[in-house]
Amino acid sequence: MKDNTIDTKDDKLLELKDVRTSFYTREGEVKAVDGVSFSIRRGEVVGLVGESGCGKSVTSLSIMRLVPQPAGEIISGEILFKNENLLEKSEEEMRQLRGDRISMILQDPMVSLNQLLTVGYQLGEPLKYHNKVTGSLKDMCIDILRKVRVPSPESRINNYPFEFSGGMCQRALIGMGIANAPDLLIADEPTTALDVSVQAQILKLMRDIQRESNASVILITHDLACVAQICSRVMVMYAGKIVEKAPIKTFYKNPAHPYSIGLIESVPVLGRRSKRLYSIEGHPPNLLDPPSGCRFAPRCAKAKKICFESYPPQIALEEGHDVSCWLYSGD
Amino acid sequence: MQGYILKRIIIAAFTIFLVVSVVFFIFRMGAADPVAIMLPPDATPKDARILTEKFGLDKPLIVQYWNFIKRAGHGNFGLSFRYTEPALKVLFARLPATIQLGLVAFFAAVVIGLFIGIISAVKPDSLIDRFGRGFALAGMSLPTFWVGIMLILFLGVTLRWLPIAGRGSPLHFIMPAFCLSLYPIALITRLARSSMLDALKSDYVLMARIKGVPEFNVILLHAFRNACISLVTVIFSIFGYLILGSVVVETIFSWPGIGRLVIESFFARDYPVVQIFVLFVTFVVVTLNLIVDIVYAYIDPRIRYR
Amino acid sequence: MWRIWLFKRNRPGKKNDISSGKKVRLKIPYLGFTCLALFFFAVIFADVISPYDPYEGDLINITLPPFWQDGGTTAHLLGTDMLGRDVLSRLIHGSRISFLISVGCISFYGSIGVILGLISGFFGGKTDMFIMRLTDFWMSLPGIIVLFMLASVYGPSAKTLILTFGIMGWPNYARIVRGECLSLRERDFVRLARVAGCGNLRIMLSHIFPNIMNTIIIVATIDVGGIIVLTATMSFLGLGTQPPSCDWGLMLAEGRQYITYAWWLVTFPGVAIVVAVLGFNLTGDWIREIFDPKQKLR
Repeated sequence: MKDNTIDTKDDKLLELKDVRTSFYTREGEVKAVDGVSFSIRRGEVVGLVGESGCGKSVTSLSIMRLVPQPAGEIISGEILFKNENLLEKSEEEMRQLRGDRISMILQDPMVSLNQLLTVGYQLGEPLKYHNKVTGSLKDMCIDILRKVRVPSPESRINNYPFEFSGGMCQRALIGMGIANAPDLLIADEPTTALDVSVQAQILKLMRDIQRESNASVILITHDLACVAQICSRVMVMYAGKIVEKAPIKTFYKNPAHPYSIGLIESVPVLGRRSKRLYSIEGHPPNLLDPPSGCRFAPRCAKAKKICFESYPPQIALEEGHDVSCWLYSGD
Repeated sequence: MQGYILKRIIIAAFTIFLVVSVVFFIFRMGAADPVAIMLPPDATPKDARILTEKFGLDKPLIVQYWNFIKRAGHGNFGLSFRYTEPALKVLFARLPATIQLGLVAFFAAVVIGLFIGIISAVKPDSLIDRFGRGFALAGMSLPTFWVGIMLILFLGVTLRWLPIAGRGSPLHFIMPAFCLSLYPIALITRLARSSMLDALKSDYVLMARIKGVPEFNVILLHAFRNACISLVTVIFSIFGYLILGSVVVETIFSWPGIGRLVIESFFARDYPVVQIFVLFVTFVVVTLNLIVDIVYAYIDPRIRYR
Repeated sequence: MWRIWLFKRNRPGKKNDISSGKKVRLKIPYLGFTCLALFFFAVIFADVISPYDPYEGDLINITLPPFWQDGGTTAHLLGTDMLGRDVLSRLIHGSRISFLISVGCISFYGSIGVILGLISGFFGGKTDMFIMRLTDFWMSLPGIIVLFMLASVYGPSAKTLILTFGIMGWPNYARIVRGECLSLRERDFVRLARVAGCGNLRIMLSHIFPNIMNTIIIVATIDVGGIIVLTATMSFLGLGTQPPSCDWGLMLAEGRQYITYAWWLVTFPGVAIVVAVLGFNLTGDWIREIFDPKQKLR
């Protein structure tokens, strides 16, 4: 048996190795995730950043093996969770992991909850189906609501989702996610559908819960501000591939990949005067037929000839900081 | 919730009253002079006058209307011209036969249709799905009355396996029941499949799977329950189809129900029977709509809380 | 173990039909197109391709079987009916009747439905509520009731049929149009038109209406199939077109008495109905798939 539980510093909870997921549509094969590799340690909060359509959500669905079928398909690669390859597990084994050891929070809380069932019932499902019920299921659900700071949980438990506000729905969703204290929590744009003031509250809630349970969190978002608040590490994704991985401070101080630089520049800063808002020129490539070189090359101001020809290898800049860019290959 | 139901009942009652009035005026307006129909050809004008007085047909329209409503309240809808018995009695005598066929068709539609439709949606492109879709297309494209005639041609005339008319043994029952059920089954299959497909693509189903809910519960509790909302209306619309369907099937197979009764009565100009048929059907339809509304209130909590 | 089959999800890495590239392209309904082509060919060229006059009977050659059976001739390919009229000619002309009645009905109640739907969806509020309640009520009434009542007053005929369908059919269109209207109303281009000073009528006609044309066409195409069946059914019962019309339903009613020895009289008109209906249904489904943007992925 492999001895991998001793050294907590190298303790990889989740590791993706060259994972590829595609969708087969009328127009052809859309390579949504095209060779993604990364690892997450226990207790880490990692941000997965990128614009809409870059493959962040598909990556998370691939981890949970809930890619919409029959159109979607995980083609190759390995997803190691606690050193076991998830892609080789049976459907029943996966089902037991979902909601128990790996959990996910979706984006739009109003749509993610079943409007015909009470919130209490939906909260109880992860507990019930993983045999975690000790004592009264109802009390356990009330406790969860209390933990996610929903006021008057005793009465709220019998409410239907349409009686909850957006922020409260999101809290309920978070509650469902943490009900069984999972090892890995994937939060897919948890704040995008909410008002700004509520966003801050939700982020704070997530940070507190994470500190308490020491779960690993993958925070998927396109909002760099969210990332700055609770993540310790950042991964940048573009057109189905990961282009940069860095610890949070390094990322904001010395972003390496031109796309990352562009992202940071795009965030308007209060007080800074400029004639127009900065935005990255062009748009992401069509994933039906991605270019063979670096995918960001057409939009990159510093692109060289080799950038259009072949895909840059992953280069380690310093401890924990990797980037896939030809700019850093020579030096 | 009580208020909602009460409001619905009041609307239903009002609707029935409205339709009864409309029916009265239309039949008085257009129907040929009922007295002329009833009398033998050699009757004298005096006979005509006696009958007219007897039926109160000489009084002003408003008085006739009022009498009509009064009598309707007591369940008296006039005498059938053909049978010289109360029209209501004539109708009810033939009702059980129709109900027999109708109920079978309804339950077959719901049970078979839902079953195939759901499985079709859960396993797209499987054999059941392809069979289901083909069957649904056939059922909705083939006209009921032609299917009936073809069945008679093959099973009755050519092969002589089944009797082609009347009611009596279970064998008499097979063809009419099958014929009547075809369209409803096809309809429900198609709609169950499409609503389930939509439900299965939704975020709340994804969420349920994320929580580790077993697939069986995901399909039944989450997907199906939400699909039900659009299905309930369709299921009750089958009753609407069954009215015309019964008329057609009963005519073709000489099945002694109210469908065949009304066609015969119409061509025999026995208007009281046609009238009572119209009233009866309207009453049933309005009541069914009321039931649908109540069922909805139970299934969909959003309606209750408005 | 049926559970395993029912709930099975594909293992990663194993290719299913979709990933091996097979079943993804949009299926073209060849059958539907063929049927539709046949139907319209008959409608347009009825006078030219029909071998005989559909209303003239040859009393010497009554109830001849189709040409491949004993006693049949190639002069009457599908046989003759009880009055000696050529079945094939009657079928061909019958398509015209079906088509004309359908078009007549749909134009009639389609217009009413679209207008009411536009008003309802555009103005909203009490008008909308009233019209919607009306459609609710109307849709639940079985059409045959209205047909009985109208037929009692005006006598059964093709005109009464069109009138009945016209009265019964508008709620569906009103509903659909209203739904589209409601969503379009909030779209930016409508708001811009308003800001530019367009009056209500102008917005309805030039902005909203063109956008709902798609949906209307889809619904109308599928509707034609339904009307053809209903016309045939009512005519069969005697409540629709009257003799000597060569409506398919009527042909079936007339032929029914001879079912024991003249099977062709009840088979071919039915086949004609099925061909016509399949044509419209399959084509309508295909059009709907093309225009529905949600159906990008299977």
